[in-house]
Amino acid sequence: MLLTVRLATVVTVLLLFIALPVAYWLTFHRKRWTFLVESLVALPLVLPPTVLGFYALIAMGPLSPIGRWYQALTGHTLAFTFEGLVIGSLIYSFPFAVQPFAASFAAIDPKLLAASATLGANRFRTFYSVIIPLSIPGIIAGVALSFAHTLGEFGLVLMIGGNIPGVTQTVSVLIYDQVQALEYGAANQTALILLIISFVILSIVYGTNRRIWTGWPWK
Amino acid sequence: MEVKTVNAATTPSASCALVVSVVAPLSADFTLRADVTLSPGITILFGASGAGKSTLLDCIAGLVKPAEGKIAVGEQVLFDSARGINVPTHARRAGYLFQTLALFPHLSALRNVAYGLAPISKHDRHQRAAALLESFHVGHLANKRPHEISGGERQRVALARALVTDPDFLLLDEPLSGLDASTKSRILDDLRAWNRQHQIPIVYVTHDREEVTALGERVVVLEKGEIIAQGQPLEVLHAPATETVAQLAGFENIFDVTVESLHPAQGSMTCRLAQGTVTLETPLSRGGEGDHLRLGVRAGDILVATEHPRNISARNILQGVVTLIEHGSRFVILRVNCGAQFEVHLTRGAVESLGLREQLSVWLLIKTHSCHLLERW
Repeated sequence: MLLTVRLATVVTVLLLFIALPVAYWLTFHRKRWTFLVESLVALPLVLPPTVLGFYALIAMGPLSPIGRWYQALTGHTLAFTFEGLVIGSLIYSFPFAVQPFAASFAAIDPKLLAASATLGANRFRTFYSVIIPLSIPGIIAGVALSFAHTLGEFGLVLMIGGNIPGVTQTVSVLIYDQVQALEYGAANQTALILLIISFVILSIVYGTNRRIWTGWPWK
Repeated sequence: MEVKTVNAATTPSASCALVVSVVAPLSADFTLRADVTLSPGITILFGASGAGKSTLLDCIAGLVKPAEGKIAVGEQVLFDSARGINVPTHARRAGYLFQTLALFPHLSALRNVAYGLAPISKHDRHQRAAALLESFHVGHLANKRPHEISGGERQRVALARALVTDPDFLLLDEPLSGLDASTKSRILDDLRAWNRQHQIPIVYVTHDREEVTALGERVVVLEKGEIIAQGQPLEVLHAPATETVAQLAGFENIFDVTVESLHPAQGSMTCRLAQGTVTLETPLSRGGEGDHLRLGVRAGDILVATEHPRNISARNILQGVVTLIEHGSRFVILRVNCGAQFEVHLTRGAVESLGLREQLSVWLLIKTHSCHLLERW
């Protein structure tokens, strides 16, 4: 359980730093081909985790340049490690952070951004003085959703993390193990904890923000 | 008059005038083509919605990038398509008051105003912001958020916020719309006072004639993206060159006319109304025989007589029949058919003493100089 929470926390914090600029870029610097990036970011929403996990495994393995580079750098492969899980989960939970962020950015009155600029604020200052404070509900939603989503992932973890207790065995995989071993009582306990945590997180999300699952905000 | 003194006291220094010459697309049909020098002092920007007023302000502020052209304030070039210069908005030193005010909803009035003072220390920043709020009579609201204060108070806070940065020029997009007359005139007083101290170009978008005459040193009229008239408010409003201005200046009678003959010796010309057989003597103006022009006559400038007048200087005497008498709140509206429909405004006393009634035969007297020739669109 601790491992799972640690994974979800690390992933969520990293997502906050990666997804905020991406959401900013998708909202305010739209190019003709931005929709392609949107589709790419949204892919994990529809793709079976095994597909994602398969390609992530290949990319992390010794057959790919990235995998070889990482191995040369650290002496071991990325696959079947905690870091590997973090990277896989980042991709997997990316849309759950980017979409609520982008939705709340797009809801900001553009005149406020114009006003900020005329008052001498550059883009960076406008971002943290106007955009971020006015997007707090959306940011809370994105953070909570990516946390909950990472907490509950299964297929991807199994593909790239394997099932190594204490290293890559997350709660969802543990439940699978327990069921396989016919330990229904233990499985029920673990599953119930995950169910309650997820429900609480989603309640926080929907309590603070009602329009998250509307897809991309500008369509 | 106060405006006059401001005018006289101001010797616009050419060094800080705003020179704008831009081409920017407005819509599928219209393009903004503005070529104007905005000297220090208040310039009123007039025009219907969609005429390009806001786009012009946005170009000056750097929020919209013109297709081509040049914008400079004094020596400093803000935009020059030929030289590839486009100073970003935050570096233009603009003061911009948006029509929607665009106050930051998450900040107090004080912090809204202090926002533009980022480079100086927090203490000085808040002190200056508080002083400015005080001078706009909203000092007591410093710690209130925008949604906690009234419309007029919000407008004052927004005005203070736009001025606090000590901008090189000020853009005001209908800053006082939706306010009652007394609040409006008090804010205008504050703005005039500020203008006396800081001589910078102020572009003021409004539809309100009272604001024009109360504030404006110059008026620029924009229609469908083009500047169609500019000058002193009284000149522009009293000798309107176009239909837009005519409607603003209140011409109740507007006719399509054809120039029939020119009388340069008398300084006049004869124009035939497109509807009917009526001809009118008008001042000599641009255009030659056969040209199609538009002519405006104010309903209050027309005299009415119940018998044929003699020995009178008015050059246009038209016989007609009263078709309608309508009692308005301030005057009586008369419709007279002289072969063309004229609207005439009279006082109630005049209507009674003449014994005017519908179907009565009357003569309309119109001075040559009450016939205003407008450009035809």
